Amino acid sequence: MNILEVQNVSKAFGGIQALNTCSLTVEQGKITGLIGPNGSGKTTLFNVITGYERVDSGEVQFNGRRITNSSPDKVFAMGIGRTFQLTRIFPRLTVLENMHVAAQRHNLKGLLSRWSSSHEQRRAIELLDFVGITRLKDVPAANLSYGQKKLLEFAFILIAEPEVILLDEPAGGVNPTMINHIGARIRELNQQGVTFLVVEHNMEFVMKLCDTVNVMHRGTKIAEGPPEAVRENPDVLDAYLGG
Amino acid sequence: MRIVKIAGLLILLAFAIAFPLLFPNPAITTVAVFTLMFAAAATAWNIFSGYTGYIALGHAAFFGTGAYVMAILCQDWHIPAGYAPFSLLPLGGLVAAIFAVPLGIIALRTRRHTFIVITIAFFFIFQLLAYNLRGLTNGSAGLSLPIPTWSGDFYNEPFYYITLAILLLALAVSWWVRNSKYGLGLLAIRDDEDRALGLGVKTGPSKLAAFVISAFFVGMLGALNAYFVEAIFPPFVFDPLYDVAIALMTFMGGLGTLAGPIIGALILEPTQQYFTLIYGENGWYLVIYGALFIVIILLLPRGIVPTISERWARWRASRSNMTEQVIVPVANGSSTGDNQAVRPLAETSEGVKEGNL
Repeated sequence: MNILEVQNVSKAFGGIQALNTCSLTVEQGKITGLIGPNGSGKTTLFNVITGYERVDSGEVQFNGRRITNSSPDKVFAMGIGRTFQLTRIFPRLTVLENMHVAAQRHNLKGLLSRWSSSHEQRRAIELLDFVGITRLKDVPAANLSYGQKKLLEFAFILIAEPEVILLDEPAGGVNPTMINHIGARIRELNQQGVTFLVVEHNMEFVMKLCDTVNVMHRGTKIAEGPPEAVRENPDVLDAYLGG
Repeated sequence: MRIVKIAGLLILLAFAIAFPLLFPNPAITTVAVFTLMFAAAATAWNIFSGYTGYIALGHAAFFGTGAYVMAILCQDWHIPAGYAPFSLLPLGGLVAAIFAVPLGIIALRTRRHTFIVITIAFFFIFQLLAYNLRGLTNGSAGLSLPIPTWSGDFYNEPFYYITLAILLLALAVSWWVRNSKYGLGLLAIRDDEDRALGLGVKTGPSKLAAFVISAFFVGMLGALNAYFVEAIFPPFVFDPLYDVAIALMTFMGGLGTLAGPIIGALILEPTQQYFTLIYGENGWYLVIYGALFIVIILLLPRGIVPTISERWARWRASRSNMTEQVIVPVANGSSTGDNQAVRPLAETSEGVKEGNL
């Protein structure tokens, strides 16, 4: 079953066609890869799905429901979490406070309650344990290293238990040990049923992790299939090498 | 530690309550009333500007609104002098809060510098209206209020205790906001608004609510101030320096902290009153006031509370490091190796600089 479907989405910024009738499907319970040269529209596609950009035309569906141009808070509440290419955490809040920002507030009573005595507190610690930064819980997030910030951003979207997680370059700019650590966490969550869509330039990481890989070039999808098949695809080689 | 903290706060509270009895001199209690009014206004302003990071420089519009509500209602409803006008304080706050809703909706569509400029513009619109809506405000001739029935050394005391009550209420709201999920959302907005929105924080309504809460308190203080000074005029209740003052007090004490706005007000307002007293109205006090401010900004750019709490944390860290150095050679051995093995991967591979914490 397709949990996420992008249908013929186009988006232009001035004269630049960032997305050109781009279609993509993400199958439930799988880890789907999304690769492509710089500027091919991967991040714009993420922004369109998560409500940060409005589409010019086309449609986005989640669990069969149309979510095109919904606002980011609604998309998140429906169950789509994302990380950013350059991690976006809350630098002046402590690590633990960061964890609670995404904790759901269903009603006024929830809003008015103290975050530190909420039932999510145990969950927040569990998730920090899961990514391995519990020791840093009372540290301002600005003091974390780049890799730790990536782990924090990953952990704080998990508190809302999203069905689908979009990761924008989870392995970018972090050391090999950390890459393995992040990959293992993704796989572990995937086994618990979380669906992933992963943008990544690190080919080894994508090939090892993903069930299927989509390739984007100039704002549209040019190939799709199992990692090995995509790697041999002449169109893909052309896009990366020929420009 | 917690008990020490609570005891300390109770002693401070007892001192605040006993203050007019310890220093009954009206010259001193007058300064105390103005200082508490600024402390309450800065605390309320901080609930919005400190927590969300949106610097509003138009709250004098709400202060003036509250003052005129008080003056006009006292006249129109023939409120007798005495304690009755105090019952109008919440109404002053309420009207200010109602005005804050459309203003907030418009201004909060913008961010940063644009937001600041728009709030200043709103303030000047209110000031102009106070001059020109003569039927309502009596223009530049101003309005006078009932004169309190008590007098002498006792004159300031009812005002002192009511201001203290408003300050405590504002502080309680600020404390609750700081510890609630709602407040955490505000702080997230301060750090990265779009990111907060993408994590389900209702950024628009959250900002507006904080804006309206702060306007309510400032409106109430405007109403109280009007009764305290007995007559109001457009340039004094719609005073641009009022905005600068509460912003400076909060910056000095520590933007976004609970105690910061109060500490800033406790330092700046008596200082200003003192210099006004010494140098009269010739304006020299403004020079000294400004110089003092520059010195503090140079020495404590982030405000008093954050700077001191950071130094305190660093001092404690350095002290615990020293004791560790003494203990480590004894406790060293196989246990260190075990710790390394158990440590989560993220910590060993990235290494945290303890010194920065």
